Amino acid sequence: MAEMIRVGIADYKVGRAPSTIISYGLGSCIGISLWDSQTKIGGLLHIMLPDSTMANKSDNPAKFADTGVPLLVKDVIAAGAVKSRLVAKVAGGAQMFAFANATDIMRVGARNVEAVKKALAAQGIRIVAEDTGANYGRTVQIDLNTGVYTVKTIDRGEKQI
Amino acid sequence: MTEKNELDLTPNQLDALREIGNIGAGNSATALSQVINTRIDMNVPKVALVPITDVPDMVGGPDSIVVGLFLRVYGKAPGNILFLLPQKSAYNLVDTLMGRPHGETKQLDQMDQSALMEIGNILSGAYLNAFFTFTGLTMLPSIPALAMDMAGAILNVVLVQLGQMGDTALVIETEFLSEDDGINGHFFLVPDPGSLSTIIDAVGVE
Repeated sequence: MAEMIRVGIADYKVGRAPSTIISYGLGSCIGISLWDSQTKIGGLLHIMLPDSTMANKSDNPAKFADTGVPLLVKDVIAAGAVKSRLVAKVAGGAQMFAFANATDIMRVGARNVEAVKKALAAQGIRIVAEDTGANYGRTVQIDLNTGVYTVKTIDRGEKQI
Repeated sequence: MTEKNELDLTPNQLDALREIGNIGAGNSATALSQVINTRIDMNVPKVALVPITDVPDMVGGPDSIVVGLFLRVYGKAPGNILFLLPQKSAYNLVDTLMGRPHGETKQLDQMDQSALMEIGNILSGAYLNAFFTFTGLTMLPSIPALAMDMAGAILNVVLVQLGQMGDTALVIETEFLSEDDGINGHFFLVPDPGSLSTIIDAVGVE
């Protein structure tokens, strides 16, 4: 039976077909999936913040885009994926509350999106699909058999990217 | 970390924070029960240092649907207030406010949303008044913002800020429950990094 692997906030998991990796309730956070279509090995990372250098010391590299992405790439390759075949899909980065004078921290979603793109580019990994921004939460899951990335919302339906 | 971590609190200091939460939430519960004319109970506030990654589970899991009222708190010890109601509770609360039987609301229109935001105002005002009485720190809430979505997504707003400073969060959390069980909610006061020291100093407990 296909296993469902759950990823919490500031966490990541690596797996292989026929497993599905899922992460619930992303707001400004971003879910980044990596997938190798040949080996059907992949992973899902749930980051909270863009940049580890702008934060206090943390024991958790999976919290940040700049440290989490390289970690996910490394572990997906260690599991048997080939880097040149890896493709990324990205979802999240919303701004949940509209404020007239939103501070930087409230716009963290947009900064997360930018940082994730930069971190993936630095690894030479292509983003093949994206569903980011806006003002609603998302639950994401990557089916490691097909590479289909499903983005669920509470009242805007479900899409596969 | 080499410098003293403001999250290293003595048992007495944790007690003082719990007392602040108690008085604040007590005031809020009284205000809420007056508005909806229903008795509101609350549990003993939890004051806890929790790993940031565990906070979504405190409110029923990251994918449970909740209505969140979010307010910035300005003043000497800035922070955030987040009032989370499970979707059904929020609908029941709106029904009560609008004088309709429970179960009538199926979605929140503009009027319902502003009624809930007013509740956010009242609760926060009552909470912060008590906070001032106890600490002498004047604090003012912003206009509330409302969102209905997955709990995890809504909690992101407060967690990112704390996440920048460390991997744990100090949350002062109280659960409200109406006597007919129709309405419950979680009230969070989450001091900004740095504010906790100000609060502790103001209380003067070592």
